Amino acid sequence: MLYDVLIIGAGCTGVMTARLLSTKNVKVAVAEAGPDVATGATAANSAIVHAGYDAKPGTLKAQLNVRGNRLMKELCAALGVECKNVGSHVIGFGEGDLPMLEELLARGRANGIPDLEIIGQDRLRAMEPNVSPEATHSLWAPTAAITCPYGITIAAAENAVTNGVDFYFHFRVTDASRAGDIHYITNGTETLAARYVVNCAGVHSAEVAAILGENDFPITITPRRGEYFILDKAVGGLAHSTLFVCPSDRGKGILVSPTVDGNLIVGPNAYPIGDSDDRSTTAEGLAEISAGARRIMPDIPMNMAITSFAGVRSTPNQYDFYLKASDQIPGVIHAVGVEPPGFASSPATAEYLVGLLEEAGLALTDKPDYIPTRRRDGNHIQWNRLTEEEKAAKCRENPAYGKIVCRCETVTEGDLLDMLDAPIPAVTIDMMKKRLRAGMGRCQGGFCSPRVAALIAERTGHDLDEINKSGPGSWLVTKREEA
Amino acid sequence: MAEHKLIIIGGGPAGLSAAVAAVDAGLAPEDILVLERDSEPGGILNQCIHAGFGLHRFGEELTGPEYSGRYIAMARERGIPILCNAMVLSLTDDRRVTFVSPETGYTTIQAEAVILAMGCRERTRGALSIPGTRPSGVYTAGCAQRYINIEGYMPGHRVVILGSGDIGLIMARRMTLEGAKVLAVCEIMPYSGGLARNIVQCLDDFGIPLKLSHTVVQIHGRDRVEGVTVAAVDEANGRRPIPGTEEYFACDTLLLSVGLIPENELTRGAGIDLDRMTNGASVNQFRETSAPGVYACGNVLHVHDLVDYVSEEADTAGRAAAARILGNAAPVVRSVKLTTGHGVRYTVPERIDLAEEPEDVRIFFRVTDVYKKVRLVIETGAGEILVNRAKSAVAPGEMESLTIPAAKLAQVLRSGEEEILVKLTETEGR
Repeated sequence: MLYDVLIIGAGCTGVMTARLLSTKNVKVAVAEAGPDVATGATAANSAIVHAGYDAKPGTLKAQLNVRGNRLMKELCAALGVECKNVGSHVIGFGEGDLPMLEELLARGRANGIPDLEIIGQDRLRAMEPNVSPEATHSLWAPTAAITCPYGITIAAAENAVTNGVDFYFHFRVTDASRAGDIHYITNGTETLAARYVVNCAGVHSAEVAAILGENDFPITITPRRGEYFILDKAVGGLAHSTLFVCPSDRGKGILVSPTVDGNLIVGPNAYPIGDSDDRSTTAEGLAEISAGARRIMPDIPMNMAITSFAGVRSTPNQYDFYLKASDQIPGVIHAVGVEPPGFASSPATAEYLVGLLEEAGLALTDKPDYIPTRRRDGNHIQWNRLTEEEKAAKCRENPAYGKIVCRCETVTEGDLLDMLDAPIPAVTIDMMKKRLRAGMGRCQGGFCSPRVAALIAERTGHDLDEINKSGPGSWLVTKREEA
Repeated sequence: MAEHKLIIIGGGPAGLSAAVAAVDAGLAPEDILVLERDSEPGGILNQCIHAGFGLHRFGEELTGPEYSGRYIAMARERGIPILCNAMVLSLTDDRRVTFVSPETGYTTIQAEAVILAMGCRERTRGALSIPGTRPSGVYTAGCAQRYINIEGYMPGHRVVILGSGDIGLIMARRMTLEGAKVLAVCEIMPYSGGLARNIVQCLDDFGIPLKLSHTVVQIHGRDRVEGVTVAAVDEANGRRPIPGTEEYFACDTLLLSVGLIPENELTRGAGIDLDRMTNGASVNQFRETSAPGVYACGNVLHVHDLVDYVSEEADTAGRAAAARILGNAAPVVRSVKLTTGHGVRYTVPERIDLAEEPEDVRIFFRVTDVYKKVRLVIETGAGEILVNRAKSAVAPGEMESLTIPAAKLAQVLRSGEEEILVKLTETEGR
């Protein structure tokens, strides 16, 4: 199979690009090192669809964030993924922070963001009664939104598969060669051939550039780890919108935000790390986040944390995203150094990258039979999100929807079976967790994970000891030794 | 909307005991519906295949499935309907229960009385915020227990256990018997949270070290657990890890037995008052919550260490629910609040609703620390002693109980006293 376009990396940027290309008459593949889409920075970030006032006017970051904000909301609606327009506050503590808020307001206006304003303490506290009494002002951005970054990425990937895109998982690119205008990309055991290659490899994108044959590639990546807490839904209502602190020389700071699923997210810090795949948390880091959260919301009940995690951003040695066709290797497009607001920007970044492909000679025509949903027959909304009447109807139609497997997040057996039949079948505990939130609630899978694993094993014809949490080596159980 | 007299949420030992007691108190079995979320009744006891259940209740030592089996048989003999695979999704304070099951679909029922018997869940790694990676191989003890005893698989081979609650101790023995190597059980407190008999029978008998005042400070391994770092904690400094005491254990599994949390999401959703100390509903001696006609019993009310006490508590709730429905409950004259004094963490019940002719009331409670040679005292707000009992040793892991005699409660009723205090006095130094 000769692909027209091979995308390396199934994070939000790669998947959004694949999805956009799937509306056109081209054959597309995505090669992903991990076991699923959205396993890197897309799975572990603040889950904010930023309004776009932070990026400096005239940069790609600014242009793509602002357009991405709008496109992300449209895409979520089209694919049945929740996205809530909760707005965001950048909170100032005293007059000293006002100049920075004014600066952000000016940037935001220059970037074309509607309805931005600086509000005083009374309005802020009326909107967010739990913020610190020391918060005096905020920059209010009503267009900021929250969604589930891996949720929309999975949905976009399913939509892409439904429209003919091929995904290759466990495909870590180790070498590349070229014959004429065909690129051969290999993981050591398997080789994919394509006319164009798009490097969306996130924190590994500079390494992939080197593998693709770039000499003196101008961009280097510093992996920066950020740690987060998720708090129980019981306290999810403490914040109504995303609460940032005014950026200072101490960095952008720690935010408190509701998540689209009703929890609170708290974080991140930002520390450069040596190993770009090191997503471990530290006692010091978690303590730092707790302290940062208390600055915004003094009474935040950190004892209601249900989990903590870390994500790794790919910070480049320049301010802006590096989105460019290679000047050394024809047919190669780079999306490198896509750090925050990379997720919010991703649908617009995809447009930009597709534009670069066209400039590089890729001919695109609309696909007349393009299917705008996750599957041929629609978007398959999870049972828990249906109305009461729809829930009742679904149970009558198929009793498996009447059997709750994950009780914390109300995930039914019908939902799990549905995901086993999805365009990208969910065959690990983590794949189910990301798609349905099974195991993501307050018991963290203590109750449902054996049941989820047993169901995957049964339906895929595997033994339970062959089912993994995520990638190879993440086994759950072994057979008992017979005495 | 469909109507039903008594709905019992949960078909474990609490729910089944309550159902049996309600029938024995005169309620028709067909007026009861037990909703069980699992595919069979019995609750978590079904995976507790070790012995040690039923000494108080049946005067013999049973395994978990045997104990639950007896209650399942009693419920079946009485013809009590049990609907399995039925998950309750919401409850209101006026007793509307919405549930879903493959058999009945999505259903809402108005009940005259509801008994909450949903049990508890295990605290997780997330609740402790143990730093490190997030690999496979970090299990709650109960999850590991299910893999071994129900699914028939081994969740790991070289094991460190954090927390010395009873499930952790039981699992140390269980994993060892199945051929795994249990390297250590770490307990952040200076004493175990489990029963003394389990420390002897599950750790000492197998030479498994119990490291008191130690905790896990880091989890290592990308795909599967490769090791954990354990450190001693400083009692005097908020139990923070003491630098320099770190010890690395190469292992493929970390089991957590770090506490149980009554599963009260439905209770909270119904706006029922909760006790911050028990994390369960605040109840009277009949286990009636702040919502009239809604009762709670078993581990959803407070975490018990013996299932025998769960059954006893459920009997109380079942009888009271039946009396409410049958209209033969004694009218309440006035309520008295129970408060905790020195050395007492919580009491159940939290209040006593006194009728004209009070009956004996048994008060269950837990102490805050390990004490030797104490007196357990119940007195009125005015300082009049109602109960006073000497005890050679008490520990938070073992539930205590005292009974206030009916005659004393009759005195309280007449005295106008509004509070009763439960406390301990130390008869000599610790």
